[in-house]
Amino acid sequence: MCLGIPGKVIEIRDDGPLRMGRVDFGGVRKEACLAYTPEVGLGDYVVVHVGFSISKVDEEEALRTIELLATMGDLVQQELATMGPGMEVPAVVDEPAPGGRVP
Amino acid sequence: MKYVDEYRDGALARRLLAEIRRTTTRPWALMEICGGQTHTLVKQGIDEMLPDGVRLIHGPGCPVCVTPLEQVDKALAIAARPDVIFASYGDMLRVPGSTTDLLALKARGADVRIVYSPLDAVRLAVANPDRQVVFFAIGFETTAPANAMAVWEADRLGLPNFSVLVSHVLVPPAMTAILEAPANQVQAFLAAGHVCAVMGWTEYEPIAARYRVPIVVTGFEPLDLLEGILMAIRQLEEGRAEVENQYVRAVRREGNRAAQETISRVFEVGDRTWRGIGPIPASGYRLRPAFAPFDAERRFEVGEIRVNEHPVCIAGQILQGTKTPLECTAYGTLCTPRRPLGAPMVSAEGTCAAFHAAGRGLGAPARPLVELAAVPETALAAADGPGLAGALPGSSR
Ligand code: SF4
Repeated sequence: MCLGIPGKVIEIRDDGPLRMGRVDFGGVRKEACLAYTPEVGLGDYVVVHVGFSISKVDEEEALRTIELLATMGDLVQQELATMGPGMEVPAVVDEPAPGGRVP
Repeated sequence: MKYVDEYRDGALARRLLAEIRRTTTRPWALMEICGGQTHTLVKQGIDEMLPDGVRLIHGPGCPVCVTPLEQVDKALAIAARPDVIFASYGDMLRVPGSTTDLLALKARGADVRIVYSPLDAVRLAVANPDRQVVFFAIGFETTAPANAMAVWEADRLGLPNFSVLVSHVLVPPAMTAILEAPANQVQAFLAAGHVCAVMGWTEYEPIAARYRVPIVVTGFEPLDLLEGILMAIRQLEEGRAEVENQYVRAVRREGNRAAQETISRVFEVGDRTWRGIGPIPASGYRLRPAFAPFDAERRFEVGEIRVNEHPVCIAGQILQGTKTPLECTAYGTLCTPRRPLGAPMVSAEGTCAAFHAAGRGLGAPARPLVELAAVPETALAAADGPGLAGALPGSSR
């Protein structure tokens, strides 16, 4: 939940009172609120936290991170799994216990 | 890309490790604050690659773990109401309350929804005008901008059916509490990069000066952590105690001003109790009086809550870094990610869950039958040693 992920801003909508947009996380595209990073433009990298962009990232550094993440998976995959679309099953689902199997 | 491949093949990681070894002349104890950092350190085994005597103490920075039991029980009482849609970040669903958890409540028919962004909870309230939507607003400074914006939006839209159950905690007071504890062993901190992306690091400067502790704002990747450790050890070896920033690509000294502004419009600082640690003065956020209509604790009379921690769980000592999960008698036996007894086993950011996912202390001979019974056969086939952890929910996705 508390993991921020860097991604690239690929769409910005200034229509409503809240600046919203879409962010690409190495192939996975998600909706994000951009209200806290008014300075970012298309193609900029931002750190997204629970659906909100909280920081603009230096692009060269961000690319480096994405490459690293691609080789690691794990936490980031979990975080992406919780990112929608909208409301979904939890990333940590309790699978039904395999009943009746006693060693 | 040359710049990237170099990071990828681990050459720089090895260089950083060699540099840490070269720099270290004495034993040092460092604490990483953030649970995301704990996860990476344990998973990559970075804590075990450090020179002898350099110890990483895992800090209390798992928001799910420190949300007080009383708030979890309040959440359960509210979520059980037939008129309520209870919206929460996914990690909170399996956190044990005194008697049950949100996921079990949901299985019994309660309307509990997972949201990724708190704005999704606001949308739920718009879409369901005849229901009460309650959002469980937990977390550190990192989720505060999002949670504050949800309340701000609900207020702007004049939503009468939206409220929040607030349980927000702040990092600097927890660091101070750790440093003030008589048994404290922490000599330097790796501060949580994304907390600082929001708040900046000016709050840490008086702490570094007053307690003579180096504080290094650090990111979350293995190379970030190695560099942060190196910077902290350099300070310790040179007798400096400053705030330094390793996570240059995302953190500025003043933090995110726009986010801070919305946070302080909606929230004010108040006392908070931390699960496993106890009350810490001025260590959290609560709603400002102007937003009291959105306070779920006011809207729903949940009555007196008597809380009950599981007696064997030593989460308090784990969260304060005085014990490791391997010292808990329930670790990996009675308590697993599938059936957590305490909050640090629930979230991927919890120290117990991080240890379990990495297979720490889970050697095959020690694995108890009770755990085998709960694991699918396919997993058992491939379950030699640490491989078992990979088959468990929460560690494989
Ligand atoms: S292993 Fe489980 S019971 Fe033991 S401290 Fe961790 S959460 Fe508590």
